Amino acid sequence: MSPMIIPEMGYKRKKELDCKVGYKIKNELYRETQIISDPSKSPDIEGDLVINIGPQHPATHGVLHLVITLNGETVKKVEPHLGYIHRSIEKMCESLSYRQFIYVTSRMDYLSAHMNNHGCSMCVEKGLQIEVPPRAQVIRVLMDELTRLASHQLWWGAMAMDVGALTPFFLAFREREMINDIMEETCGARLTMNYMVPGGVMTDIHPNFQRKVKEFIVHFKNKIDEYDELVTGNIIFQNRTKGVGYISREDAISYGMTGGSARGSGVSCDIRKLYPYEVYDKVQFNEIIEMGGDSFARYMVRMKEMRESISIIDQLIDNIPEGEFQAKTKAVLKLPKGEFYSRIETARGEFGVYIVSEGGTTPYRIKFRSPGFSNLSALDHMARGSKIGDMVAMMATLDLVIPDIDR
Amino acid sequence: MWSLENISHTVDSWLYNRFDPTIAMLIEFAIIAVAVIGLFAMLGLVLIMMERKVSAWMQVRLGPNRVGPGGMFQTVADTLKLIVKEGMTPNNVDRFLFNLAPFIVMIVSMVVLAPLMFAKGFQIWDINIGVLFIIAVSSVSVIGILMAGWASNNKYSLIGAMRSGAQIVSYELSAGLSVLCIVVLAGSLRISDIINSQADGWWIFKGHVPVIIAFITFIIAVTAETNRAPFDLAEAESELTAGFHTEYSGMKFALFFLSEYVNVFIVCALGATLFLGGWMPLHFGSLTGFNHAMDYIPSFIWFFGKTFFLIFIIMWFRWTFPRLRIDQLLNLEWKYLLPISMVNLLIVTIMAILKWHF
Amino acid sequence: MAFLKNYIKDIFGAVRSSLKGMRLTGYYALHHRKEPLHENVPDNRDELNFPERFRGEVVMPHDENNEHACTGCTACELACPNATIKIITKFDISPEGKKKKALDTFVYHLELCTMCNLCIVACPTDAIKMAQTFEHSVFDRNKLTKVLNKPGSKIREGIE
Repeated sequence: MSPMIIPEMGYKRKKELDCKVGYKIKNELYRETQIISDPSKSPDIEGDLVINIGPQHPATHGVLHLVITLNGETVKKVEPHLGYIHRSIEKMCESLSYRQFIYVTSRMDYLSAHMNNHGCSMCVEKGLQIEVPPRAQVIRVLMDELTRLASHQLWWGAMAMDVGALTPFFLAFREREMINDIMEETCGARLTMNYMVPGGVMTDIHPNFQRKVKEFIVHFKNKIDEYDELVTGNIIFQNRTKGVGYISREDAISYGMTGGSARGSGVSCDIRKLYPYEVYDKVQFNEIIEMGGDSFARYMVRMKEMRESISIIDQLIDNIPEGEFQAKTKAVLKLPKGEFYSRIETARGEFGVYIVSEGGTTPYRIKFRSPGFSNLSALDHMARGSKIGDMVAMMATLDLVIPDIDR
Repeated sequence: MWSLENISHTVDSWLYNRFDPTIAMLIEFAIIAVAVIGLFAMLGLVLIMMERKVSAWMQVRLGPNRVGPGGMFQTVADTLKLIVKEGMTPNNVDRFLFNLAPFIVMIVSMVVLAPLMFAKGFQIWDINIGVLFIIAVSSVSVIGILMAGWASNNKYSLIGAMRSGAQIVSYELSAGLSVLCIVVLAGSLRISDIINSQADGWWIFKGHVPVIIAFITFIIAVTAETNRAPFDLAEAESELTAGFHTEYSGMKFALFFLSEYVNVFIVCALGATLFLGGWMPLHFGSLTGFNHAMDYIPSFIWFFGKTFFLIFIIMWFRWTFPRLRIDQLLNLEWKYLLPISMVNLLIVTIMAILKWHF
Repeated sequence: MAFLKNYIKDIFGAVRSSLKGMRLTGYYALHHRKEPLHENVPDNRDELNFPERFRGEVVMPHDENNEHACTGCTACELACPNATIKIITKFDISPEGKKKKALDTFVYHLELCTMCNLCIVACPTDAIKMAQTFEHSVFDRNKLTKVLNKPGSKIREGIE
């Protein structure tokens, strides 16, 4: 696709705005902060209890501060306050070159670190019009799917822990350890693997990689049935999640939800099917959509996605083509002047990388579209009228990772 | 055979011979007080250790294994730590109630140890309304929990204490009705009578299906009474960060913690006494050789063995199931457990009148 | 009547699902010697082996003549995203009398390093590599600023 260029009469670039003007705009917006909801329901009545959940709390998956207005045990309004882990990643990337800024993105959504790096590399490749060799494409897809499995396993463990069952957490980490060991052998790191570079992958896969992945798949196929037995079929868990946190299909689209949370409400938004990249158009897999719209539907979407990931890995692990693992690129990368966007499906949803380049060695502006931010904005809509225990179950099924939201 | 009954008889007769009766009685009171406090502490130690090890095994890991052989002295280290911790009292609490609450809960746990029969003839107080005494006194602990929640001057504690109060008061009904099934079959409220009526077999085998249903409702109701998972919203860690005892630290928290575990022991002891025969060994009617061999095992080992088996089952529940929400919990009680218990009591009464049990 | 049937079906379904879950944890409780995944750290420090690509810290391997392969080209310093490496060069007089740039000190700030591997990939002569040490805690912050080339070492012959 050709790069998009905004015509000259469009919006001014943020950095060219007058300082004082910027402050005034910000002040007005701050006073009118309204969560997208029905404005006729005004919840600030006397006698309501306002409690804070977070920022330090066992159930919020990071540092999220929620100000909840309660009436007895029923929730009337939820306001998330963000910014506790804001590290100004986007500003930092403006002083790093196109090869250097990729490592920072693994620290954003650390559970799908490979996929973040992959998205950034894809955007740079789009700008430079580099063709990625087939071997590198297959390795990238394998690493992505393994990371998706690891992320969903941790999500499952954390969700069961939030709902009250403490045993599945340890079982999930036992499987995740095996994936981490595979990553350690090939990439060198277990959590923030800086392995994808513009043009391919950094080093070739280790000779043990194929054997270990096959052993892991065999082991995991048994364990996923155990997961279903322990948590999914349990009557208490089903009562905790069925009918809780309902969001309709239209509302999900209007809030911009993507990923597993939206697919639980019937929105078809899997980027791997709609805008296929790498080898996803050559692999057979299903897009999982559930029509329920409640927490149980979102839960089932992710459990079934784990099985789909296993089938993708099965199809690819024996057919890694020979060849180079990295395309030849110049030593110093310079993107042409323009704007480039690329999107990728992480474990949480659509992760977008938007690079504005003025032709130099460092980008002028990078913006990351994080999936968690849009998913979190729907929490207020879902939570009105439910109880505190339901709120915790809802937040767990939305699969939030707060550093991804705050960047 | 070594039996605790002999020891208590010897001490009793020696004291009454030496001193005049009032002084002897007072000395006996003192001995019993020391023994109960010692038992309280020992039970706390053993049960906490058991919980940590059992939970670790179920979660595919080892429990504490550094302090002492196999990790046996871990709780001693924990107790020392809790003793030297600073007991902070927050600023605007209601001081009298704040300090009184852990003591009420602890005193209730200790008093309820009185009617239980630990071995053949070894009982502190064989009152003629034994079962009723246990159930009545154990409901006083709700006051302690509500006091703790209210006096803490903390919204989270208040929510936790209110939830806990509603839960305990509701589940006492089902527990009481299940206990009544056995009282109807045995014909008396006195603990020693109930155990003696199981000399030819435990009630869970003698009264067949209705007593098994009563046993299951008893176990569920009693898990809810002692605030254990899956009914532990009062201290739901992921939601309210420790509920009604959030503001307690140091020795007062240790008292809450210990009383919770001793409560578990007491209700399991009650279940073992009523349904599984107390200190009675396992007898099959006709196998005299087997029965004779079973008689060699001392009675306090039978009692503690049965109690710890029930404690293991209650711990098994905790680490398998997620937590119920407050309305689902009350739903379970008022719509499912209570009707089942009432119908069951009717069936057991008919069975007792028509002598349809073994 | 239908209400009663659903009621009893509910109860049986609940009991059955609970028992299935309990069977799994009961299995783990009784087979606890076979299953647990644990390592006896810190008892087994000596026999821990890490994969060779594990990113612990950057080191410069010296062979037995105290020689290294770094030419002082500063490719790693340019590749590093957050100024962890600082190269100080000097001018060596070669035997023919020509001035050649050589490495004086290779300063490596371990406290800033993110172990992203970009410097290793950028080096044209394979002079640095990642070691497998992972215990970097020290009591004094100055110990984290390391000099990677050993005193008295010089570049190996034949490397350009």
